[in-house]
Amino acid sequence: MSIRFNFGGDEHIFGEVSEDMSLASFFTGLSMTNAVRAAGIKGVTEICPANASFQIRFNPDLIKPQDLLAELKTMEEAASKSDFSLKTRIIELPVYFQDPWTNETCLRFRERHQDPSSTDLEYSARINGYATVEDFIAAYSGQPWFVSMVGFVAGLPFLYQMVERKKQIQAPKYLRPRTDTPKLTIGHGGCFAAIYSVRGAGGYQMYGVTPAPIYDPAMKVRYLSDDMCLFKPGDIVKFKAIGRDDYDATLEEIEANRWQPTVRDCNFSLTDFNRDIYGTNAKLMELINGR
Amino acid sequence: MAVKVISPGLSTSVQDLGRPGHYHVGIPEGGGMDRFATRIANLLVGNQPGAALLEATFMGPELEFTQDATVAITGGELPPKLNGEERPTWESFPVKAGDRLSFGFLKGGARAYIAISGGVDVPVVLGSRSTYILGALGGYQGRTLKAGDELPTGQASGKSGLSLPLNLRRAQAIPSELRMLPGIYWHRITEAAGKRFFEETWKVAPEADRIGYRFKGGTPLEFVEREQPFGAGSDPSNIVDACYPYGSVQVPSGTEPIVLHRDAVSGGGYMMVGVVISADMDLIAQLQPHTLARFVPVTLEEALTARADGNAALARAEEYLAG
Repeated sequence: MSIRFNFGGDEHIFGEVSEDMSLASFFTGLSMTNAVRAAGIKGVTEICPANASFQIRFNPDLIKPQDLLAELKTMEEAASKSDFSLKTRIIELPVYFQDPWTNETCLRFRERHQDPSSTDLEYSARINGYATVEDFIAAYSGQPWFVSMVGFVAGLPFLYQMVERKKQIQAPKYLRPRTDTPKLTIGHGGCFAAIYSVRGAGGYQMYGVTPAPIYDPAMKVRYLSDDMCLFKPGDIVKFKAIGRDDYDATLEEIEANRWQPTVRDCNFSLTDFNRDIYGTNAKLMELINGR
Repeated sequence: MAVKVISPGLSTSVQDLGRPGHYHVGIPEGGGMDRFATRIANLLVGNQPGAALLEATFMGPELEFTQDATVAITGGELPPKLNGEERPTWESFPVKAGDRLSFGFLKGGARAYIAISGGVDVPVVLGSRSTYILGALGGYQGRTLKAGDELPTGQASGKSGLSLPLNLRRAQAIPSELRMLPGIYWHRITEAAGKRFFEETWKVAPEADRIGYRFKGGTPLEFVEREQPFGAGSDPSNIVDACYPYGSVQVPSGTEPIVLHRDAVSGGGYMMVGVVISADMDLIAQLQPHTLARFVPVTLEEALTARADGNAALARAEEYLAG
């Protein structure tokens, strides 16, 4: 695997590990950005890992773009040979699928969608070969997801489901981006789920909402008091499908600042995962279910 | 101690020189979109160049001062009036407690920078006082100003009568030429589409804000045919979601280019044809909707030369003001 490097204007270097998504590409990108951070290169101002790529921002008054590029290339071999294991954590997140708020937004922007006659969930279930929306939701919340990027807006995680490629759920983005998405919407575009941390524009299919804030600029939410963003690349997330009553009850607990998500430390090895996907996932899910 | 907001204008927010270092969690650097105007406004009133000031978009606010101070307006030509009497732009002038500062109609550019001696003293969040409106972070309660807001300011008297002569300010030609380094996913469009992209004249769309500027009126891009990579999505303009550089030019569905600015979304799934060079970012900040612009391809070396020229122009202005 050879990284495709490119200058993004005079202040960025963009590195594409692969055009397609895979956990191996994600781990290579993460190893690269960890190596750049550890090297403490003068003039580097932003180090951003992404799904199958990464980006370094620098001040060209302090380091010549070609010098930085040469330095990045020296790190490439070590990054692609790292052992792809991670000390991380699994987080359980309640999700109210088929909620009234994303449904209303979905109807409001119907003319921007591929299939104006169905909802986002009906459309996505159909094109992924699920007989019903309920089967689709069961698949969505049945296996965990890997946080492979944080961004777009503050604290928004991109999630890649930990299943084999042929079982990956895929859906196109809206034909034209919406100007509105309810906050804490669970969306899907390409093979990625995303959780919209704030209300705003978006192009992903919309499936549900979580009651749990994942970004708090005021840092008042009890589990966001040290870090205003909940997610980091490398976190593992399990969705728990809940209904309206559970949603309302959880929201009440959150408003009283008594609630926090179930979080357990864990180790993840890509080699072990590739050897036994569902066995690895079952062990991870036991950590949150065996509470 | 404070400035009262009588009317807020269209979109006025507290900005400084931004908060780099948090883009990896999706928090953009922010800060004044026109950095030259931000720095000069501050220097005119005797502040540090990175002090917090107000960025007013298209329409000015009306402000009332509760104590004596020095004020300067730079950036777009938004004519200031003190108690109804005209005042110059790019020149510091004194205000007294009880005075009201208002503005006439915008005559040029898009954003004015209102510096007050002592700076706007809102809390520092993640190293900056800038308002990140989308994330409700920093600035005055994380949002644009509203009537009735009271902005705390620092204590400093400043020096009035200081001005930056015309020849030391940035000139703005129309149509604007936005220099761009082609790249990132440039290879996704055909040679003919790439050639046309630079030949055509584009028009700034109404969707133009701190996040980015959309351009209309050009021919849709033709893509090089390929089987879409796994995870990207089915539209030929889709990519596996990646980071977006500041100044990057994304073209959703190949139709309307969007140039990301200081409150950029940090990543997403649309291909980019290149990045507007750092020297021309201030220029974009001063584009009004419906104005014409062209994209001009440059090499990395040309981009660095343009940056050095911009730095030198800023240094000349700063030297002049330091007297």
